[in-house]
Amino acid sequence: MEVTAQSQQAEATHSPEDNGYKVAITCKIQELYYGDFLAVRDSDIDIGSRQITGFIGPSGCGKSTVLRCINRMNDLIRTFRFSGELLFHGQDIYAPNIDPVAVRRYIGMVFQQPNPFAMSIYDNVAFGLRLNRYKGDMDEKVEHALTRAGLWGEVKDKLTNGGLSLSGGQQQRLCIARAIATEPSVLLMDEPCSALDPIATRIIEELMHELKEKYTIVIVTHNMQQAMRVADKTAFFSVEISKGGRTGFLVEFGPTSRIFNDPQEELTKEYVSGQFS
Amino acid sequence: MSYAQSARVETAELQLPKLERNLLQRRSLISGLLSLGTWAIAIISCVPLFSVLIMLILRGGTRLSWETLTALPPTAFELGGGFGNAILGTVVMVGIGMLLSVPLGILAAAFLSEFEPDSRISQVARFCAKTLTGLPSILAGVFAYAAVVLITGTYSAPAGGIALSLLMIPTVMLTAEEAMKMVPQTMKDAAFGMGCTPSQVVWKVVLPTAMPGIITGVMLAVARAAGETAPLLFTALFSDYWLIQGGKVDLMQPTASLAVLIYNFSGMPYENQIELAWTASLVLVSLVLVLNVISRMISRRKEQMITMLLIVKRVIRRRGA
Repeated sequence: MEVTAQSQQAEATHSPEDNGYKVAITCKIQELYYGDFLAVRDSDIDIGSRQITGFIGPSGCGKSTVLRCINRMNDLIRTFRFSGELLFHGQDIYAPNIDPVAVRRYIGMVFQQPNPFAMSIYDNVAFGLRLNRYKGDMDEKVEHALTRAGLWGEVKDKLTNGGLSLSGGQQQRLCIARAIATEPSVLLMDEPCSALDPIATRIIEELMHELKEKYTIVIVTHNMQQAMRVADKTAFFSVEISKGGRTGFLVEFGPTSRIFNDPQEELTKEYVSGQFS
Repeated sequence: MSYAQSARVETAELQLPKLERNLLQRRSLISGLLSLGTWAIAIISCVPLFSVLIMLILRGGTRLSWETLTALPPTAFELGGGFGNAILGTVVMVGIGMLLSVPLGILAAAFLSEFEPDSRISQVARFCAKTLTGLPSILAGVFAYAAVVLITGTYSAPAGGIALSLLMIPTVMLTAEEAMKMVPQTMKDAAFGMGCTPSQVVWKVVLPTAMPGIITGVMLAVARAAGETAPLLFTALFSDYWLIQGGKVDLMQPTASLAVLIYNFSGMPYENQIELAWTASLVLVSLVLVLNVISRMISRRKEQMITMLLIVKRVIRRRGA
């Protein structure tokens, strides 16, 4: 009973009516196809501004697909089709007059595999700034982004070394620095720690807590403990076998404490208690 | 019972299989013979190249001197002379070929690998390029003769360059496409995620990353074009004079090239000319060999190349500061 009371309290503080909570992205996916294959259906999520929203669920449940919808990365896949709407501060980013390239400049992304460019550390971070024809003090911006990503101390003496010469964890932090250098308002992270060891993972989780003050963060993770540690709200996706293959859908969305301690749905209960994965 | 004792007892009870190597066993014998056979055949396959090289060094090396590299070709009974104008002509015509084929080839490759890899146009273009790589080079010469020489009314260096570029474009295009395809998709995703347009992705990320591979393809194309005779016979012909005369460059005239010089001189009844043909062959083969080695080095040391470029950049930046 105590747990329930707590979680209700948590829900109250995060309710949409609360002044501290603003919706940055409203994601209403009705049906999402790759060719004839229905990949995701019926998933409605309100992503809170300056919060960390976690997406969890078994493999193939479409959580990465939903994430890649938010900055229109799925547009790169030719057979992608989508019905529903995706509102970014009230603006439908799938409206015909919207340029996906512009969307991606406001909604940054960090990928599962660290993927720095084959250029120097400095140029990696300055890449987005140059892309946006930034005219101010480039050195200062680069230092700022690297500092925020917790990498400045380690690389300040070797900024001209290749980005690919860094270790895996450092490369991922470099990618985060690259993504936040242009100060996007939303940062999408697709299993950012899956290729990293526990120490590098901890550094990045601490980093996310700091970044939360300025950015809206959405993180996809396989690791339920990670979702518990970092996410304010959690969306649980599951997968069902339909005619074209496996279709993912949203089962439950709510404050992290409620999803893990007092899930409302049977599927969520089974998943978080480890009955299937 | 101590641990050591118990271990000893166990090994005594265990029937250890025979693990020693025995060369007289049937399968070891066959394996050994087959390995020897492949060694022998691999060595035999090197014989043609090395025998050509040795022959060239023995016959052509005797006349290799500063004079042969810089002087004009001799007339019938004249002694001495060289093929300086042919070296210059080859360099100029291969240069024209590169100027035409490198931008065309790379841009076409960008289309094939990045913009519309599966479209009908790409499939057709790719098929055409693959067919063109097998095009008999004399046909390139005949085409350039009809398209350039007949229209301009004269044999010329640009006509030769165009004929060579026809042979270079498919090689440059196909190797550049392969090199661009090797750029990891994750890196392209990162660029799209930063808000790059497709052309920015190609220009800022794919091209720089694929550069070593592209340079390899260009080098291979150049090496092939430098040795071509047939396309130049119809287009540049030959000349006993320099392209540059009295400080003036006139490209619109018959132009000498190493390959055609070898062809012409080797058939002459004069000892001097035949010796010069041997020396010119040596120079041409060395040129091609050097280009091949450079391209091999570039493609093998991709990482080192990138760091080398970064160092050069750093030095330039320091000088600027």
